[in-house]
Amino acid sequence: MDMYSLLREFADSWALIVLTLVFLGVILWVLRPGSRSLHADAANAIFRNEKKPAGDAEVRSTPATRPVKEA
Amino acid sequence: MWDYIKLIVLGAVAVIAAIAANYAHDLAYMVNALVVMLAAAITFVWQLRHVGEPAVHPANEYLDGVVRAGVIATTFWGVVGFLVGVVIAFQLAFPALNLGAVTEGILNFGRLRPLHTSAVIFAFGGNALIMSAFYIVQRTTAARLFGGNLGWFVFWGWQLMIVLAATSYILGGTQGKEYAETVWYIDWWIVVVWVAFLLTFIGTLWKRKEPHIYVANWFLLSMIVTVAMLHVVNNLAIPVSFLSSQSVPVFSGVQDAMTQWWYGHNAVGFFLTAGFLGMMYYFIPKQVEKPVFSYKLSIIHFWALIFLYIWAGPHHLHYTALPDWAATLGMVFSVMLWMPSWGGMINGLMTLSGAWDKLRTDPIVRMMVVSVGFYGMSTFEGPMMSIKAVNSLSHYTDWTIGHVHSGALGWNGMITFGALYFLTPRLWNRDGLYSLKLVSWHFWLATIGIVLYASSMWVTGIMEGLMWREVDANGFLVNAFADTVAAKFPMNVVRGLGGLMFLTGALIMAYNLWMTVRAQPAKAPVNANNYVPAE
Repeated sequence: MDMYSLLREFADSWALIVLTLVFLGVILWVLRPGSRSLHADAANAIFRNEKKPAGDAEVRSTPATRPVKEA
Repeated sequence: MWDYIKLIVLGAVAVIAAIAANYAHDLAYMVNALVVMLAAAITFVWQLRHVGEPAVHPANEYLDGVVRAGVIATTFWGVVGFLVGVVIAFQLAFPALNLGAVTEGILNFGRLRPLHTSAVIFAFGGNALIMSAFYIVQRTTAARLFGGNLGWFVFWGWQLMIVLAATSYILGGTQGKEYAETVWYIDWWIVVVWVAFLLTFIGTLWKRKEPHIYVANWFLLSMIVTVAMLHVVNNLAIPVSFLSSQSVPVFSGVQDAMTQWWYGHNAVGFFLTAGFLGMMYYFIPKQVEKPVFSYKLSIIHFWALIFLYIWAGPHHLHYTALPDWAATLGMVFSVMLWMPSWGGMINGLMTLSGAWDKLRTDPIVRMMVVSVGFYGMSTFEGPMMSIKAVNSLSHYTDWTIGHVHSGALGWNGMITFGALYFLTPRLWNRDGLYSLKLVSWHFWLATIGIVLYASSMWVTGIMEGLMWREVDANGFLVNAFADTVAAKFPMNVVRGLGGLMFLTGALIMAYNLWMTVRAQPAKAPVNANNYVPAE
């Protein structure tokens, strides 16, 4: 089989299945249980550190201890 | 040591560019070589005056100088790009404005059109993206921009690219590929600047202090990575000579066409959509002072765009030599794209839930909301136009032009205006904008301008399509091409007027931003970090 037909056959069989499954997997991963608090924390990241970068002491503080909004 | 290496390289570039200008095969190449020579010489002198100065990159401050420069450049190129757009709109209505006898073709529609598209997409839009990316990535990672002055290299490198492209176009340098007109050596320069952009962005993400990478950065990073890939593949070409702007593309025939529209549509999809969605996901929640409506939806929006967009390009080549399956694939993926696009639109709009009153009180929020509205409208219109039956009517007509402009003026333009109004008082530490009333004026001029533009293009595009396909009882075409040109005159005038209103709005914005920096009282510095030094 020539290269075009070979790639074409691969593209609309295995590659299609894998890409579709990865896509569905990503969506399921986003909706996984327990992601809510992480997402809420990430969504509020824009309200922190408005004026200056975070110092080393603030690195990787847990969501619970972090202020929701900068004063 | 490093300073001296820079000086040697800059001096060598200036000399080589001078030699290249001397031996140039064509005018566009010669003028570009002279521009490079001047740029290298100016940078040489600047570098000479700063030799031995210690580099100051305090990790406890954001690098905002380059974002301020981005605000100025975005505003400036926006006004230039809109002005050229208004000129060419009136050239279409009144061909005498081509001034062929005076300028010998240099200011013809054909030369100015790529100048307009590149000025608004790559100069206005590109500067808006670079500016926003640098601002957003620092704030959401809580880290200073990576790479010392690399961000400044990206900024000035991009401005040099714009000047090279503009001078090249009007002197006849082009690859003849829509939105990829820049000739081969400018393409290489774009690669250099873009890789520096990617390094700056990824480096900042790498040293982030926030554990999670905020979703706006996902969109911006996908924009940078995908545009790099598209740009390199679509511009694979072999120069005729190192002293000429001419080159030969490595693809030919329908493969070249497909590569071009794979590039062309994804330039829309990643440069003008993903990148600007990154702006939407940061600036709208910030201006409304509420987190995005659904963070989960924003991630699904992201992955759906990534998985679907890249396949939509073939819808630009319906009823051509492109195989039918490829055209159908492009059409199907375009229609599927409608869903994530509207998911994203709903996410942006619903961020206002509980704060709808801001629509009445805050003209900047109004601008951003209308922008998202236009995003929704053009992401409905686009999939519809990609359907083969609709495309057979709409393609090659001004309907396409109307569609592009409702997306570009409405979505990209308005969200950028919103970002500029958001950023200016913050970056210059000013106590709010100079005048909210002028923002309202800008808002209404721009909105009415877009409505005039889009509606006149719908009317004239559909009329044109119907006239082209009209046949008499014997199967002969009824209208000559010139008949449609004559029939389009009133709509062309209305389109020009719409553009004029949009330009006027942008001029009002430029004045308002200028006065914000000049005349607004500075906010009292709270501490050393709040204080913005004059630069």
